[in-house]
Amino acid sequence: MKRFAYDFERPLVELETKLDELKRLESADKQDIAFQIKYLEDQIQKLRVRTYSKLTPWQKVQLARHPERPRTADYIEAIFTDFIELHGDRIYRDDPAIIGGFARLGDTRVMVVGHQKGRNTKENVFRNFGMPHPEGYRKARRLMRLANKFKLPFITFVDTQGAYPGIEAEERGQATAIAEDLLELSALAVPVIVAVIGEGGSGGALAIGFGDRIIMLENSYYSVITPEGCASILWDGGDGADRAAEVLGLTADNLLKLGIIDIIVKEPLGGAHHGPALVARDLKRELEKSLKELGRVDLAELVEKRYSKLRNVGFYHQETGLAKTLNLNTLTSE
Amino acid sequence: MPIGEWFNKQKKPTPNNPSLEKRAVPDGVWEKCKGCNEPVYIKGLEKNHKVCPKCDYHFPFSAQERVNHLTDPGTFDELWADLSPEDPLHFVADKAYIDSLDIARDKTGLNDAVVCGTGQVNGRQVAVGAMDFGFIGGSMGSVVGEKITRLIELATDDRLPLIITSSSGGARMQEGMISLMQMAKTSAAVARFNKSGMPYIAILANPTTGGVTASFASLADIIIAEPNALIGFAGPRVIEQTIRQKLPKGFQTAEFNLSHGMIDMIVNRLEMKQIVARLLDYLEPKGVAQ
Repeated sequence: MKRFAYDFERPLVELETKLDELKRLESADKQDIAFQIKYLEDQIQKLRVRTYSKLTPWQKVQLARHPERPRTADYIEAIFTDFIELHGDRIYRDDPAIIGGFARLGDTRVMVVGHQKGRNTKENVFRNFGMPHPEGYRKARRLMRLANKFKLPFITFVDTQGAYPGIEAEERGQATAIAEDLLELSALAVPVIVAVIGEGGSGGALAIGFGDRIIMLENSYYSVITPEGCASILWDGGDGADRAAEVLGLTADNLLKLGIIDIIVKEPLGGAHHGPALVARDLKRELEKSLKELGRVDLAELVEKRYSKLRNVGFYHQETGLAKTLNLNTLTSE
Repeated sequence: MPIGEWFNKQKKPTPNNPSLEKRAVPDGVWEKCKGCNEPVYIKGLEKNHKVCPKCDYHFPFSAQERVNHLTDPGTFDELWADLSPEDPLHFVADKAYIDSLDIARDKTGLNDAVVCGTGQVNGRQVAVGAMDFGFIGGSMGSVVGEKITRLIELATDDRLPLIITSSSGGARMQEGMISLMQMAKTSAAVARFNKSGMPYIAILANPTTGGVTASFASLADIIIAEPNALIGFAGPRVIEQTIRQKLPKGFQTAEFNLSHGMIDMIVNRLEMKQIVARLLDYLEPKGVAQ
């Protein structure tokens, strides 16, 4: 079977394929083959380190989108117990691009919500590639309110290229649905922990993508606009997504430096899909740690702290002399 | 005269259709209306609050024009005008962000894309903000997010009605995630404002899209749009590229938003102040206790 590989991974995959073929080979000269296998394995190891240890932002974006990358449902299964999925926005329909429900993290009962991409083409069509319609955001808001009512910590998994840009989504109020999530989430009187596990695409990610702690997986990204979207604005063709990824500052490293996120969870070389259990274990550890820390804070204080954290996001200065004084009311004819 | 030439002659504009001839008039006296394609006398246009006297087309209003138009003469006090953007990502594409900022400053006379302050609407003190599409597409970065948040906080603390006019392409790309987070910041401020019991009226002008529509602009008690304003989350070009088909006529206009239940009303700019004043009259926090 041909393995999925991005361009920058291809030399590595070619070597790995060669190794597989060699291992399958029946040969008279066992010793010679064993030697060759050993040699190839060394080469592969070296190349793997070279390929993955200094990833460019665009390569990270690609890994964040890798078809084999673990999804929200995988993490829910690996990290929580007793998950009970809840459905529907009570207005229009159940949006499969966002899933959520009750779950236990150790002994703590929590509410979990996340974007859900598909594992294959069929499921991706069903889940709209993880791009929600307004119903998805309204379901998320319903679950926020439920969490607030029963004082369940709210844990989210972010993995979307963005809210779906379609006619029906606009007709049903995509903007309002996202705005209302932002408002609701900002005021939830329970701990809110966010894990960006893949793509953090713009407002559609942010709707469930900020809180008391923001954790990012090493190769996930979080961005004001997709690199493709940015490129099409900057260079008008849609080419240059790699350059756009560079200038947008969307990697976990960079966002930690900027103070936008709080914690980075490492991934195995090559990305989370090379060791899903390991990543789930480490992510679980961070979730538990955050939950424990936040559990000590009074709920009203938690909301205050979340607000001042948001309040501090921004870079600006006072500039005197540049601003032209307003020409007052020159147009008001009364 | 060959017959072909005779026909060509007939196609020349007649006095009834002066649009082509009038273009010869020196710049700055006439402007062609995008609504009816007719030339309009600029002085007359300005007296009419930049609404075409012939077809009601709403020409773009600057932020200053908006706050002046909404508040009583001499009552608007601008706040935080000297708040200026930085370049936290050292964003350089074909043009550097700092260069775009300089150009925008020169063009608008503003330090960023929003003007905020206090003023009076028919004698009633209000907190008022207006975005300026002329400043990098009215995009929201740190400064816009901060000023809008401060304005909402001021309205909360001083118990003032809040009126914000939006005109924006959304979050400002050049400040990356810091811009995106302004959506959460401004929305969080609205959540706190809502507890004050004071009213928030949002006016959506052409265009209001992206991260501004998907945050504070959609969270008002009353949402008003100017006629024909483009209002939506995703821009039409992005939608067309995604679904690979032409968008229906009138998609994402104010009228479309009204019929889909996203806004309360469409109000002509000439009547905007009176409608806002009448609404504020109903939105007294006293309620039945009056």
